[in-house]
Amino acid sequence: MPTKPKAVQLPTTPLRVVNLGLELFADSLRAQEVPVVQVAWRPPAGGNQRLATLLGRMYGDRPPER
Amino acid sequence: MLTTFVWRSFYQDSVVLMRLAATLRERPGVHDVAALMGTPANHDLLTQSGLATEEAATAGPEDLMLVLSADNAASSETALEAGRAFLSQRREAAAEAEAVQPRSLDAALALLPDANLATISVPGAYARFEAMRALQRGLHVFLFSDNVPLADELALKQEALERGLLMMGPDCGTAYLGGVGLGFYNRVPRGRVGCVAASGTGLQAVACHLATLGEGLSHAIGVGGRDLSAEVGGLMTLAALQALAQDAATEVIVLISKPPHPGVLPRLQATLAELRKPVVVCCLGTVPDAAAESGTWVATLEDAAAATFAALHGEAWTPRPFTDAAAVRECLAAVRSRVPSTGSAVVGLFTGGTLAHEARLLLQPHLGPVAFNPPPDAGGHRVLDLGDDTYTVGRAHPMIDPLVRTQALARALADPATAAVLLDVVLGVGAHDEPAAPVAAAVRAARARAGQAGLAPVVASVLGTEADPQGLATQTALLRDAGVEVLPTNAQAARFAAAIVHPTAAAALLGET
Repeated sequence: MPTKPKAVQLPTTPLRVVNLGLELFADSLRAQEVPVVQVAWRPPAGGNQRLATLLGRMYGDRPPER
Repeated sequence: MLTTFVWRSFYQDSVVLMRLAATLRERPGVHDVAALMGTPANHDLLTQSGLATEEAATAGPEDLMLVLSADNAASSETALEAGRAFLSQRREAAAEAEAVQPRSLDAALALLPDANLATISVPGAYARFEAMRALQRGLHVFLFSDNVPLADELALKQEALERGLLMMGPDCGTAYLGGVGLGFYNRVPRGRVGCVAASGTGLQAVACHLATLGEGLSHAIGVGGRDLSAEVGGLMTLAALQALAQDAATEVIVLISKPPHPGVLPRLQATLAELRKPVVVCCLGTVPDAAAESGTWVATLEDAAAATFAALHGEAWTPRPFTDAAAVRECLAAVRSRVPSTGSAVVGLFTGGTLAHEARLLLQPHLGPVAFNPPPDAGGHRVLDLGDDTYTVGRAHPMIDPLVRTQALARALADPATAAVLLDVVLGVGAHDEPAAPVAAAVRAARARAGQAGLAPVVASVLGTEADPQGLATQTALLRDAGVEVLPTNAQAARFAAAIVHPTAAAALLGET
């Protein structure tokens, strides 16, 4: 195993959430009084999956410019 | 006849589209509807369901396709118009909302800099990209997306563990963190039980049974169905168990899963033995090793809750087939006194995958082999997980759009070979508004058609709480009013179905002859 796992720390402060995808999940978090920001998500690279994967690898953690 | 409409550059998420399709399907003269983004996978779906058209073929991944199959031009045009009106409204609302919504995770973090969790439900092919970025920004991740490649799952979990973060999923349906429900969840109290779950409905069932017993959850960490596979090696399960062992609010830990890969089992047992908190293990289908000092291993989701309750209260616990055997005996006598059905097969029609799996495991010792997801024309004892991809092609999960189950129920009740039908009704946030109603309607309709011939008994359990939007008592009453036998849990419903068709099962479970 290449990883040196760190002990997982469960969140100790109230949840604050970024939601990417189904808006109903953001709605349900708001209903539970959890601060949430919905991302207006669109498939990266105009929906070209192969290009999106390549861009993902190329940019490492940096997103391609939209 | 097929009618197509394509909206260029108009993205809507799959839940919105599937709900639209379900609504349009109910319109008069309409046979089938597809409302999908024009991705390659969705074009395949159209072809498979016989809805591919030349016009739809022009739709790209950012274009929305609406294809209707209807009796005639009038039906098709009215339904299409309704669809267009709905989407126009969405388009206006979306334009307004998106004017202020951030377009990326980083832009969202500028608005909410101390965010600690990303909930992600984008199509599976893009999940790694978004989830990896969230982990690298120090956020825990709840990943609802399915169809995420195994290699992506492994990479994400390794990244999470290097950072001490939770990577819940992929294909994580339900979780609770500090009393907040994520995904599709039931409203249960906050409490002192910590769960690690590789199954959404399995977790929902244990959480609801605990709520019935007056106990709540500290945290419930979903890990996705593949975590205990040889490839993933239980990475997140083991880390989550250890995290709950360190959590001050957690007094008892429950693990809910399918059987771990044999190669992972020793590592799991070693971790369980080191937790220093009482632990209850429900790996459905695993025969527990009684000698292993790795917690209390139980056979059903109900037993997981009962054993946990006993551990919390320092009580001894032994499994029992029914909570109220006397009531069940009475109920069984009543069922038998009605016109007996001529059939011999138990047919399980489930919306919850883990509930289907559990029912089959409980039926087989009494009935012999029970087929799982057999071909449509199969007879004999069988259990169908109608949430499986085989049945949901292009449609919402039956917990959201119950049509596929309602149709299967009507077919099973019209089949003289059916001796009993066993089913689940799942409540909670995100589920259908009134999931018992279509079941009740189908049973009434079948009874009216059967007349004097009599109808095979229908046995159900309702998974939910009184606090859920649909209300446990309301949904239970809907079923009972239609003549459905409602048992307190899925396990008890399965045993009851076995007892109806098999005198030996009745004898074994109830001391009946």
